[in-house]
Amino acid sequence: MISLEDAKAAVVEEFSMFDEWLDKYEYLIDLGKKLEMFPVEHKTDDKLIKGCQSRVWLDVEVQDGKLLFTADSDAIITKGIISLLISVYSGRSAEEIAGDNFDFVEQIGLRENLSPTRANGLASMIDTIKRLAAENVR
Amino acid sequence: MKQSDIRKEFPQLEQTVYSRPLVYLDNAATSLRCRSVVDKWEEMSLRLNSNLHRAVHRTANLATREFEDARAAVGGFIGADAGEIVFTSGTTQSVNMLAFCLGEQPGIFAPGDEILIAECEHHSNIVPWQLLAERKGLKIKVLPVNSKGELPLEILSGSLSGRTKLCCVAQVSNVLGVVNPVREIADICHANGTLVLVDGAQGIVHLPVDVKELGCDFYAFSGHKMYAATGTGVLYGRRALLEALPPFMGGGEMIGSVSWAGTTYADPPHRFEAGTQNIAGIPTFKPAIEMVKTLRDKDIVAENERIKSFISDALSSNPDVTLYGLPDSSARKIPLFSFSVAGAHHEDLALIMDKMGIALRSGQMCAEPLMDRFGVTGMLRASFAPYNTMEEAEYFVECLHKAVKMLK
Repeated sequence: MISLEDAKAAVVEEFSMFDEWLDKYEYLIDLGKKLEMFPVEHKTDDKLIKGCQSRVWLDVEVQDGKLLFTADSDAIITKGIISLLISVYSGRSAEEIAGDNFDFVEQIGLRENLSPTRANGLASMIDTIKRLAAENVR
Repeated sequence: MKQSDIRKEFPQLEQTVYSRPLVYLDNAATSLRCRSVVDKWEEMSLRLNSNLHRAVHRTANLATREFEDARAAVGGFIGADAGEIVFTSGTTQSVNMLAFCLGEQPGIFAPGDEILIAECEHHSNIVPWQLLAERKGLKIKVLPVNSKGELPLEILSGSLSGRTKLCCVAQVSNVLGVVNPVREIADICHANGTLVLVDGAQGIVHLPVDVKELGCDFYAFSGHKMYAATGTGVLYGRRALLEALPPFMGGGEMIGSVSWAGTTYADPPHRFEAGTQNIAGIPTFKPAIEMVKTLRDKDIVAENERIKSFISDALSSNPDVTLYGLPDSSARKIPLFSFSVAGAHHEDLALIMDKMGIALRSGQMCAEPLMDRFGVTGMLRASFAPYNTMEEAEYFVECLHKAVKMLK
């Protein structure tokens, strides 16, 4: 598995190839469509991330000290965004995730290009990942 | 008159977003401001700033005159006397104030009494009544809309009881855009001894309003949805009703005389205008009303009607689109279109179309119960103003098509 820094750098580089925000959305839509199936029975209210305009579910499983995230959303761009976050952080230790600053989100300009309510949604996703990591730090 | 002449008066229409011309289709949330409104606000702030009604000095007099002139203008605009016009910060404050005052007036509500609220209301005409119901032990009953988004009058008759003291209904729902039969509702309610509050937040800018013709007891609306400054609003009440209402807040111009032994209150409307008022904002009602009247020019209205039927046809002919609020007659629909698209989430569509320069509203639109009624988590809404052009309407339809394609 590549290092967290390399994973983040890869996302930043991917995004730098798009000139237009519509192209970035195309990319996120694509990611959203490719996200692995999330079982319906996991779509429970306790897994819902609060503060998002669309519904976003995030689940975590701990295997050999690594956090494995799965997620879903009824909106495809949001699904793409959570998929992007998961692709970077899933499979890493709670310590590594909890200690990270999630700075690549700023570098790809995601937050500033979302409206305030949606930026809050993004912040909520990040907070939830951080909280789940912090809860699992040994 | 041409739309191009009017558009110059709204400088925000010249803005670009993401290097594209802004297409502002979120007018139901707030309209754009015109120069004359901002000029009045500036004049009040930079040249006539003084507190109202109190001092004898010249600028205080001039400022007070501007404020009271605005009251007369609003009264004239809706067919009421100036004394029946209470200024507030917006529709939400108007409804909350009325809920508080009616609740405190002896003889209006007894525990177990009912308030009937139309299902198409936004939260501002629901929650203040729920708060009151909780305080006073009242029951909230819902007047349902049918699948077209209309309020069937025969259901209204069956929903009223001897205990229904108040009926709250929007002139036009902010989600459905359907013009409700307010006159008929008021007649049926009055025959039952039920007071009627009409929420005119969406109606005031699109429809000619005469409160006497509407037959309502109270009428609430905001300035900012009709080009006036933000933080301005109106509660109209029939004079006899306002006179019987106790005050809402204490302090400022609302008093008759104050002593430790007891305080008396001013007559309406000042009784309900406690504290320093929105000195710069309220006088903008006058130029805003002028603008509303200007935009009712026959050429502009004809163009607006053409745009309304174009959008209506474009959306209803798309098999993937579900439109909410489809009255039998197009005359009963304002140019406000809430819809969903099969296989495309409203949030995704709004995000993509934002990047194309189009300002839309997505989500629950402050009307959660109505979302439940139609079985959706949210909708996408395009709301047009008289300054929106056919070119913008065509661009909207084209972009919607592109956005849906991206998502499928």
